[in-house]
Amino acid sequence: MTRIENPSVSIQDLSLNFGAVSVLETLNIDVAEGEFIVLLGPSGCGKSTLLNCIAGLLDVSDGRIFIKGKNVTWEEPKDRGIGMVFQSYALYPQMTVEKNLSFGLRVAGIARDEIARRIARAAEILQIEPLLQRKPSALSGGQRQRVAIGRALVRDVDVFLFDEPLSNLDAKLRAELRVEIKLLHSKLQNTMIYVTHDQIEAMTLADRIAVMKGGVIQQLDAPQTIYNRPVNRFVAGFLGSPAMNFLDGRLENDDGNWHFVAEDVKIPLATYVFEKEPVPGPAVFGIRPEHVAFNSGAGWPFTATANVVVVEPMGSDTLVWLKLGNQNFTVRVTSERTPNNADTVSIGFDPMRASLFDAATGNRL
Amino acid sequence: MSDHAVSLPAATGAIRLEASGPRGPKPRHVFSRRNIFLYGTLIVVALYYLLPLYVMVVTSLKGMPEIRLGNIFSPPLEITFEPWVKAWSSACTGLNCDGLSRGFWNSVRITIPSVILSIAIASVNGYALANWRFKGADTFFVILIVGAFIPYQVMIYPIVIILREIGLYGSLSGLVIVHSIFGMPILTLLFRNYFSSMPEELFRAARVDGAGFWGIYFRIMLPMSLPIFVVAIILQVTGIWNDFLFGVVYTRPDTYPMTVQLNNIVNSVQGVKEYNVNMAATILTGLVPLVVYFISGKLFVRGIAAGAVKG
Repeated sequence: MTRIENPSVSIQDLSLNFGAVSVLETLNIDVAEGEFIVLLGPSGCGKSTLLNCIAGLLDVSDGRIFIKGKNVTWEEPKDRGIGMVFQSYALYPQMTVEKNLSFGLRVAGIARDEIARRIARAAEILQIEPLLQRKPSALSGGQRQRVAIGRALVRDVDVFLFDEPLSNLDAKLRAELRVEIKLLHSKLQNTMIYVTHDQIEAMTLADRIAVMKGGVIQQLDAPQTIYNRPVNRFVAGFLGSPAMNFLDGRLENDDGNWHFVAEDVKIPLATYVFEKEPVPGPAVFGIRPEHVAFNSGAGWPFTATANVVVVEPMGSDTLVWLKLGNQNFTVRVTSERTPNNADTVSIGFDPMRASLFDAATGNRL
Repeated sequence: MSDHAVSLPAATGAIRLEASGPRGPKPRHVFSRRNIFLYGTLIVVALYYLLPLYVMVVTSLKGMPEIRLGNIFSPPLEITFEPWVKAWSSACTGLNCDGLSRGFWNSVRITIPSVILSIAIASVNGYALANWRFKGADTFFVILIVGAFIPYQVMIYPIVIILREIGLYGSLSGLVIVHSIFGMPILTLLFRNYFSSMPEELFRAARVDGAGFWGIYFRIMLPMSLPIFVVAIILQVTGIWNDFLFGVVYTRPDTYPMTVQLNNIVNSVQGVKEYNVNMAATILTGLVPLVVYFISGKLFVRGIAAGAVKG
């Protein structure tokens, strides 16, 4: 893994075992100063565990953690220069918002006027001034999460850790707060590490996304790269909604031209950029539903006709389920061009936008 | 109604919706079979349960001649509070004839420190077990729980020797220590379960905020756990107040708690059996737990439910 100069957070060979169960395996990741990193993965992939290790809430089995160049592997959470925001907000129910914000500062014995100054600043940034004297039970979900962010803000820390902060909110609020977090990041320019299982949050917020599975980082890269050039089938299938189409078949070479063959479907791969020298054998062909042209005539390197099975209108666009050969295939269509069930339609796409994976290992070809 | 019928698909046009018929909440009758059965059972059970108490109260308000008539269910013809006064201040136990009052104050001096001590220790135990998963926590917990299943009788004699060796045998503080120790397993379990039912993220947030073991306990956990403290107080007050065995074994006649003294009054073999005094003395002894229940009943139910669900 490539190293970054003067990283804000650096994790080196981090492992964590609970008894015989290995949750994180020799994990390495560097986070640059002011970078917004999203740890993305399905539940149980170890992303929250990794965040808790960075926060110092879990003892690691092996490896080291550096924050701002200081080895904090054995430090208490309060001495690491981090602020953390939790999924369930974790506000102290018996304290007012103001007391919630000031709790950490009072524990640290900071002067009263300094506490007041910091609370005023955080309250202004997050627009929670009118709520300061309320108890958490008198706040809505979005307000509670704002207070929880404020609690991290007043600590004047270098690194913000977010543990699925928006998962308890409804869809509309989630979208609003997502934008606010992005604004907050551009205003504060702090390093932020954000854990989520929501790919929209990951795509919209991240400078870089780390896709995790089984305690291992599968791919760490900019959102667009991860979306367009996933390194393996897991990453390809996890990102994107509706999910990427996968066709099972074989990679074949006819007279120097590579083709992907799945029964009667034969896709020419002249425009596909191979990761390494291809060899004939079983493979999986993946293409995203929005990269398939629909009823738009010829001119595509690959065209075919297929029968419509199901039509799912989603408002902004429509998802059309087809049978291509005998495999399921989905296409994203603008709402005006919605076909009817059982229509026969033509599709076309450029394999340049597709991804080919090894059938056995799932790695990109 | 007719709008409804129109909006139905044409295929079901043959079905006609009745214009009249049930609408709105289903009516409930006060004297339905269900209600008679339910409340009837409840009333019978309550009467059955309250009958002994009634007999006690009635008897304690009668004079001895009236009791000798043998109508234990009839209300007193002539109400007298003489037995109550006698039970409190002049009933004889052995050589002392100063009534239950001495035992009452002994019990108070036993109960209050025992309750405070046992709850203070057990709540910290439970908090440490639930939130600070220290090495060997599970073993420690198992040992503590096993302690709850060992019959007290097995430990009486060893404790007599221990108390004698440290010079506390027969004193009130010795009994306080014994009560605190025996309250520990069940109280620790109670507190541990309550604290582990609290969101763990709260505890983590407090750690990120820099609070330590005691800081989190006093400033975060304690203010949130009033219900379980009420439960623990009720359990301990009633348990310790009603205790007879430890009281009779580990104290001397002048430090006997109220229960032991009550037994000595009721079971005294000399002279006439004064049923009215016995009844009054028994009610007096039972009054403290009763008052505690009445004051804190609601909190008790809430706390039991909160502490018992998750384990």
